Amino acid sequence: MQIWIAKQKALIDFTLSSLARRKLKNLGLLLVYTVIVFLLASVMLYTHALRHEAAQVLKNSPEVIVQRMVAGRHDLIPPRYLEKLGRIRGVQHNEGRLWGYFYDNVVSANYTLMAPSQESHGFGQVADGKIVIGAAVARERGLAPGNLISFRSYTGKLFVFTVAAVLPHEAELVSADLLLLSEADFRAFFDIPAGYYNDIALSVANPQEVRNIAGKISEALPDARIILREEVLRTYESIFNWREGIVLVLLSGSILAFAIFAWEKASGLSAEEKREIGILKAIGWETGDVLKMKFWEGALVSLAAFLLGYVAAYLHVFHFSAALFEPVLKGWSVLYPRFELVPVVDGFQIVTLFFFTVFPYTVATIVPIWRAAITDPDAVMRG
Amino acid sequence: MHSRRSHYAFAFFALCLALFLLTFADAALRRAGSANALAANERLVAQLGLTDLCLFTEARYTRHPSQADLQSAFQDHPLAFEHFPSGSLLPPPRNLTAAYANLDRKTKSAD
Repeated sequence: MQIWIAKQKALIDFTLSSLARRKLKNLGLLLVYTVIVFLLASVMLYTHALRHEAAQVLKNSPEVIVQRMVAGRHDLIPPRYLEKLGRIRGVQHNEGRLWGYFYDNVVSANYTLMAPSQESHGFGQVADGKIVIGAAVARERGLAPGNLISFRSYTGKLFVFTVAAVLPHEAELVSADLLLLSEADFRAFFDIPAGYYNDIALSVANPQEVRNIAGKISEALPDARIILREEVLRTYESIFNWREGIVLVLLSGSILAFAIFAWEKASGLSAEEKREIGILKAIGWETGDVLKMKFWEGALVSLAAFLLGYVAAYLHVFHFSAALFEPVLKGWSVLYPRFELVPVVDGFQIVTLFFFTVFPYTVATIVPIWRAAITDPDAVMRG
Repeated sequence: MHSRRSHYAFAFFALCLALFLLTFADAALRRAGSANALAANERLVAQLGLTDLCLFTEARYTRHPSQADLQSAFQDHPLAFEHFPSGSLLPPPRNLTAAYANLDRKTKSAD
């Protein structure tokens, strides 16, 4: 065993000396290789963590949401709908929700306005004339509790509110652009008559019956569109799969370019490398030793690139809030949540990444060497 | 002289491996540390009945993709293109495509 270790050490020494002779080329390769692993790992870590967080947070969203559609668009829920839904067997609780969008000309940002229901606790209790704002809104408009803020509503009237509280920074991922008002203020601001709502949130006594109840609602209210919680969760699952896919498609060009570069570097032996193999064979190296030496070359380069790339990606995503992706994700949004993702690392994904980055390069290094190493040293040296 | 090179390499790889393993320890620590933030998010979602993450605020169908209707992305005029950048990062909500189709068969009105 000692001898085997000493032999591998000697081979690694030789490999490193050989790599050092073509320092610039090999350092360039290592850099490009590391950047590719960094990009792939960043996308992988970011989407996986976001997907996990979405599933975790949205599992508390309403079980069923009923919207009313008129000519393919949302419309207000008239008063009798709540009563009709209450009569459906299996519906445990139903309440109208008041929420909508408002475009603020001052900072050119879209807000989500909401009147929390009377039954909600904590931030749900907003007095008339007061407003509770999301952390991104507070940041963008420079507001603090006690400040006044005015909006011109869609009816042209000016409304002035006192900031009662700012929603916690930790909850920015779900509440960055939220403005919470009292029900009376919300109705006055959007001119929504009493008894009308934007949609209805339902809870169901038996979760197994959700689909049956959705069917019953469709029959009772033919113009209703029903959104189940499981569909909301699936929507997010597919959004992140899609986004990961899009980024990977965009990256695929550079991945292919790297694959060609690495293949060329690994498989196309330079005259110098061929001569080196010839000399090694001539001085008594066995084919197996040459292969081992080249295996170490591929393994050292790819393992270093994998480890450096992965660690850099981890720092980028979880310590620097995926700063490189922000311009893409932000789009034209003015309000963008500042959030730190909870690191969730999937071991299977790391193994996959390892396999697809380290393994091909190592193999690509060995194959051409094997071809050169089994030929006559004299012929190899003469080229 | 030669053995020093491999020793440097071993030291370098030991450092890289330690950093790699540290990311797992860091992830576990941060998960424990961010339990409060996660709980704050969960509480707010439950209290207010929120349905979506606040990732893209540029248009209403990207702010609430799970609540958007089929037409909202193409609302400006007949044959309008969807023009917000986030649209290219968002697929059509699942409830508008596959999953909703099942439900659609149970109802007599089209959505």
